[in-house]
Amino acid sequence: MTVPVLLPAPKRLIDATIDGEAVRVPEGTTVLEACAAAGTEVPTLCYGDTLTPRNACRVCVVEVEDARTLAPACSRRLEAGMSVSTDSERVRHSRKLVLELLGSSVDLSTTPEVAEWMERYEADPGRFGPRAEPAALGVRDARHAGEHRPGDGSVAETVEQPAKVDNDLYVRDYSKCIMCYKCVDACGDQWQNTFAIGVAGRGFDARISTEHDVELPDSACVYCGNCIEVCPTGALSFTTEFEMRKAGTWDEERQTETTTVCTYCGVGCNVTLHVQDNRIVKVSSPHDNPVTHGNLCIKGRFGFQHVQRRGDG
Amino acid sequence: MDLRLLDEAATEAERDAVDSLLGTPESGWEGGTRRDSDLRYARGGHAARDRRDLLLPALHAVNDRVGWISRGALNHICRRLTVPPAEAYAVASFYAMFALHERPRRVVHLCTDIACAAAGSGALRDRLAERLGPPGAGSEAAGPDAPPVTWHESPCLGMCERAPAALSLQAGAPARYAVAAPATPDGLDALTEGAPRGEEPTNGHRPHGPGTAHPTTFHPEPLPGASPEPRPEDAVPDAGSPDHVLLRRIGRVDPLSLDDYRSAGGYAALREALRLGPAGVIREVTDSGLVGRGGAAFPTGRKWNATAQQPDTPHYLVCNADESEPGTFKDRVLMEGDPFSVVEAMTIAGYAIGARTGYLYIRGEYPRALLHLENALSLARERGLLGTDIMGSGFSFDIEIRRGAGAYICGEETAIFGSIEGQRGEPRTKPPFPVEKGLFGKPTTVNNVETLVNVLPVLLMGGPAYAAVGTSGSTGPKLFCLSGGVRRPGLYELPFGATLGDLIEAAGGPPEGRSIRAVLLGGAAGTFVRADELDIPLTFEGARAAGASLGSGVVLVLDDTADLPAILARVAAFFRDESCGQCVPCRVGTVRQEESLLRLRSGASPAQEIPLLREVGRAMRDASICGLGQTAWNAVESAIDRLGLYSEDGPATENPAPGGTATPAPGDRAATEEAR
Repeated sequence: MTVPVLLPAPKRLIDATIDGEAVRVPEGTTVLEACAAAGTEVPTLCYGDTLTPRNACRVCVVEVEDARTLAPACSRRLEAGMSVSTDSERVRHSRKLVLELLGSSVDLSTTPEVAEWMERYEADPGRFGPRAEPAALGVRDARHAGEHRPGDGSVAETVEQPAKVDNDLYVRDYSKCIMCYKCVDACGDQWQNTFAIGVAGRGFDARISTEHDVELPDSACVYCGNCIEVCPTGALSFTTEFEMRKAGTWDEERQTETTTVCTYCGVGCNVTLHVQDNRIVKVSSPHDNPVTHGNLCIKGRFGFQHVQRRGDG
Repeated sequence: MDLRLLDEAATEAERDAVDSLLGTPESGWEGGTRRDSDLRYARGGHAARDRRDLLLPALHAVNDRVGWISRGALNHICRRLTVPPAEAYAVASFYAMFALHERPRRVVHLCTDIACAAAGSGALRDRLAERLGPPGAGSEAAGPDAPPVTWHESPCLGMCERAPAALSLQAGAPARYAVAAPATPDGLDALTEGAPRGEEPTNGHRPHGPGTAHPTTFHPEPLPGASPEPRPEDAVPDAGSPDHVLLRRIGRVDPLSLDDYRSAGGYAALREALRLGPAGVIREVTDSGLVGRGGAAFPTGRKWNATAQQPDTPHYLVCNADESEPGTFKDRVLMEGDPFSVVEAMTIAGYAIGARTGYLYIRGEYPRALLHLENALSLARERGLLGTDIMGSGFSFDIEIRRGAGAYICGEETAIFGSIEGQRGEPRTKPPFPVEKGLFGKPTTVNNVETLVNVLPVLLMGGPAYAAVGTSGSTGPKLFCLSGGVRRPGLYELPFGATLGDLIEAAGGPPEGRSIRAVLLGGAAGTFVRADELDIPLTFEGARAAGASLGSGVVLVLDDTADLPAILARVAAFFRDESCGQCVPCRVGTVRQEESLLRLRSGASPAQEIPLLREVGRAMRDASICGLGQTAWNAVESAIDRLGLYSEDGPATENPAPGGTATPAPGDRAATEEAR
């Protein structure tokens, strides 16, 4: 009996131009991938290399010739004959404003690369006025859709609120949340299938939330930490990292990363141990690893304390 | 996926509300009594996912019965539909009409949007605050004797022709409603009086199915104490005019009677469609030059053809009746006054594109339209005009009503899919376009109510004859929603080609002693035009040439008493409240826009604020995902550029005194000259 072997159809190569340079890429390539292949850097925040793009942050927008609006490079696929500009005046303007809008409403202090982009696009988040006082814990989570009390414009509203510390493993600091949806996708149908969190509310009051804003131990959370892995801003972090940052002892320069194999079960997940001063401070997993794709379970992610029990407790 | 639920249990009323929609639970897996046999299989996964689209109706069922959605009720819904609670909470908290904290059973929605604000809703707001406490407060906030009512400020309720408007919804079995429009202080008092009625058996908000002959979500009898709602035809000042095409049955037939509809020519278009065949229908619609009336003006024939051609099946039809654009009420009048025409037109559209199921997505603030449509659907089903083998043609088609819950964004052509599917009503990135991947990922045509109703004359007249009406670029008749400072506000039907001035003239012009200061054309997402620009032809191409857009047909006339800075602040607040929050330019941009306008109102320097507004507006227009963010700056920009409000070189303009004549600020003239 012959068994048909299903091979994917060969991909057509298409021709397009990026910033005036001719490129030839396989059909289905996104503008972002084509830019990377051509050596053109495009800033991204909500794009996740292991997730389907949500194109929510709009920092990667590019100008497609003859299009009415700008297009997100992370999810727009290159089409034959398309002419894309990644650094036109329109593009620079929108990127600058997106960075300013985010910077004026969110705490971006732990977001990698953002300071550099702010400089490149001459973004000044301060020009929307002084920042409003942070909301008290729980206030933003109780806001009703479609209702707000207008102020007088004297302060720029922010999403800032106290960090949520309700378990021993990780901290949710939603002052730093840019609503990229990556944690929701990683927790939900894209990786973990736990669905412990969702985006609640809408508009400026949209927030990441458990059902009825219950604390994590009451929610469906299984503490896989895959949300921390994909968070681009540090809004989700290991308790160790959160405490060390608070104490001023967190120093990535002094950290080493060692990738090894998790010893808990036989699956063979790769774990990357981040070590500072001879102590494991957090654990991640390589995104290009075919076993984990960056994901781990609670044991691989958080079960490292026994390693550091060296007769001192 | 493990379904992990909180401990709270639903009350009997909550369970009953959900079960009246979903039926009795079949097994322990979905919340029924656990039997031995339940232990031999598991239910979940794909079977459960197929029912996710019942989430929104289930949330409505509880909200309609109890007035708010408790933890226990949400738990019960999640168990019945195998939806993770965090996701159900994400959906419930997206909609303004659902409460997730306990509140009184009666909620008064006071419209404070543009037309109602211009008609004096501010005084009514103060009255409600005095009687009932701050918006959203429970009755305890207003004292022990206060009636069990809460209230809040609502975006446009679609009753602009009789502004100011208020809508009262009362949870119960079944739910009841009442409107006060135009609302007087006494009328508002009546809306908040009256004891809630006792429990009565209900068939609730349920999708069609066996045994649901006449489903009604709202009790047809309004709340006790409230004055009777004006007839639908009262919204059409020249109702009964022989020139009407789209409105010809409004006021002439009983909207609840299928016999009346048929004796007035109803279902002749469907018969013609069945004679022509799907390709013939698409040919006539293409020849007619009909373009979408929801605001985007996309050629309808091309959309139908593109959907019909898709190899993927099934195909879906969505009738977009989520009319929420401030100043728009045309779809409400059509649905209330001539509901069978919407059903017939959807049947024809479904036939043309090869769909078996159509969804009619109606906004939650239209209880009477919902009532009339529910009645129309069940009568049509009874007579074989919906369901299997329609008119003996072999064609099968049915329509499900989906009711929105207070979210303007759900009228966006892709956000509507999320809402129907039981997800958050967030727009999707295009491409892929809905004709390729729409509702449930399948080829879908989305048409506005007015667009669909136009298909009936297209088939009865023939495409080419229809194309002869209007202008070459804008064919057919068009509905315009006139509100604000005119003597006879209401819904007008004109062939394309009249000018803005002609239309305002037809509505009697401004009231005695008033003059027009500006006209908002196209709603909150549209543009202001000046009083000296009334010669703009009301065609898609004419409006475009004048740098404006017809949008959904809103003509909101502002006279010299209008407080433009306040109106602009309301427009900004509207977009901020209605942004879905998905993309940064819209989520934060609408907030910064509002803040800047509030600063300008309190005297900040226009030279500093207006460049900032322009920069934010440009990024919103260029980089937002969907039309909401892309148009959120239109009205503000036009007020600055065309009306010369807040001149960039001079001091902030003063608010014109009520009743006084507007005197342009020193810099206004220059700015308006430049805008030309």
